[in-house]
Amino acid sequence: MLTVEGISFSYREKPVLQNVDLEVKKGEIIGILGPNGCGKTTLLKILNRNLKPQKGRVLMEGMDLEEMSKRKIARQIAVVPQSNEIRFAFTVRDIVSMGRMPFLGQFQGESGDDMRIVEEAMEKTSISEFADRPINTMSGGERQRVIIARALAQRPEVILLDEPTLHLDINHQFEVLDLVRRLSQEEGLTVVIVSHDLPMVVKYCHRMVLIHDHKVHALGTPQEVLTPENMRVVFNIDAVLEHDMVLNAPAVKIIGSCNRR
Amino acid sequence: MDSVAKRKRRTTAVFAGLFIVLFIFMILDLAQAFIPLTFEEAFWALLGRGTETHQIIIWKMNLPRVVMAILVGAGLGIAGAVMQAIFRNPMASPYILGLSSGASLGAAIGLTFAVTWLPQLLMVPLLAFAFCMATLFLVYYISNVGGKVPTETLLLAGIAVGSLLSALVSLLTYMAGEQMQGIVYWTMGNLTNANWENIMIVAPLIFAGSLIMVASSRDLNAMMLGDAHALDLGVEVKKVRLQLLIASALVTAAAVSFVGVIGFVGLVVPHILRILMGPDNRALLPASIVGGAAFLMMCDYLSRVIAPNIGILPIGIITALIGAPYFIYLLRRRRSEVGWD
Repeated sequence: MLTVEGISFSYREKPVLQNVDLEVKKGEIIGILGPNGCGKTTLLKILNRNLKPQKGRVLMEGMDLEEMSKRKIARQIAVVPQSNEIRFAFTVRDIVSMGRMPFLGQFQGESGDDMRIVEEAMEKTSISEFADRPINTMSGGERQRVIIARALAQRPEVILLDEPTLHLDINHQFEVLDLVRRLSQEEGLTVVIVSHDLPMVVKYCHRMVLIHDHKVHALGTPQEVLTPENMRVVFNIDAVLEHDMVLNAPAVKIIGSCNRR
Repeated sequence: MDSVAKRKRRTTAVFAGLFIVLFIFMILDLAQAFIPLTFEEAFWALLGRGTETHQIIIWKMNLPRVVMAILVGAGLGIAGAVMQAIFRNPMASPYILGLSSGASLGAAIGLTFAVTWLPQLLMVPLLAFAFCMATLFLVYYISNVGGKVPTETLLLAGIAVGSLLSALVSLLTYMAGEQMQGIVYWTMGNLTNANWENIMIVAPLIFAGSLIMVASSRDLNAMMLGDAHALDLGVEVKKVRLQLLIASALVTAAAVSFVGVIGFVGLVVPHILRILMGPDNRALLPASIVGGAAFLMMCDYLSRVIAPNIGILPIGIITALIGAPYFIYLLRRRRSEVGWD
């Protein structure tokens, strides 16, 4: 689906990513993990050409993003960024409707179909009741769900989520990620999640990429990636991956910081 | 979908209100002459009826001024709305950001130093546009901190650059000698000397600039959320922003070239309209065109009737007398909207 080939990115001479390769498969949920400042968000921004890498390229179903217009990219890849401070009093419906922008001509208004897609996206994220409220009066968590609804209104093939659970209450964290998982199962939506929330990524992602020292440190299933060795080197924690009997899934058990002794 | 219909009705009501205000003050303003006309007389004369004297007053004497007021008001209104969206800041306007001062320095140079190879009629707007562009990029460059434009830096950059440019205009005025009177009057804003020749130059520039702005109104909505949001939604942000900045400079320069500095139209009008009808630029930009025209028409009428024993006041004084208190009110009362909380 999305192929990352030899990406290098530096910010004012400071290397952020070096020679990163990655293949995102259709319908999978893949997590990009790493400590703060390791270049996770940069990688995510490169995935929809919001940032231009100095070296390497990104292919969407074999097509170089470099050769696609921003509009065409936005028809296939939707993004939920980390910070969503909005100063102007657009209503929730206004914001979610913007998800239809890549499909509309310059003077073309939203059609009935477009508005149906918008209402549906608001239902899926349980924000329909807020539809007419101004966005600048809402909490960080509510805003996050609005932006997720906007991304769904783009009817994308790939959705990129940057720290999707950061501002959310715990019940909404699960609600949002359950929704994303359902969409990937039912509609084949491909999901890339950037996060430093280890337990969450382990619970929802099929595969994960561990970024360390500007490079892909490990890539594979949670069992393959989250070895005690990797967690010590990358996060400086003593932790093990266990099989959780209740969830019937792998779960991280964190023992503590490596410096605690 | 009830609320969507409700908003449509509200938008229609706002437009209807603006057109009514525009119409009333247009007729009232047309009626102002050395022999004052009644409202009805002015209205019929505009439609080509009534006495020959009335028709001459309306068509030959007053109409150019009224048309110029409508054009300039419309241009300043939409330019203000667009700049507030580009800078993501409800305090931005051609006047606050020093653009009007930039344009006036260009125009003052054009008025002071005549050249033989270009008529002054073209030289003035051309220089106004060049200086306006330069000011815009300078203020934008100064106030941009890592991709964001905080209110404080924006206002300070605008004030600093604007003061410098105003000082240069004063210097030119001082050196201009016999032409001084004209320039002084012109820096206070003045519609009295409007004529069809000027209008023929101003109108196409303001039309073209406004068209570019209205065409980008949806992209502008996305840009109000932030550049990253707009990019994610498929907007070619850099290209659209450059187009819009050039269009704003074009419209401001055209407005300032022949009538001088008229402040606060671009601040007050879009701001009130945004409170009335919401921030969607697809409705707000056309409304700012009509609203700007209506506001300036009203101010021109006031400038003629407010002090009958002094005569006609420069219109820039009226807009500032109304606009500056509103600006202060914004600072005090609507801090969160302005982005200071």
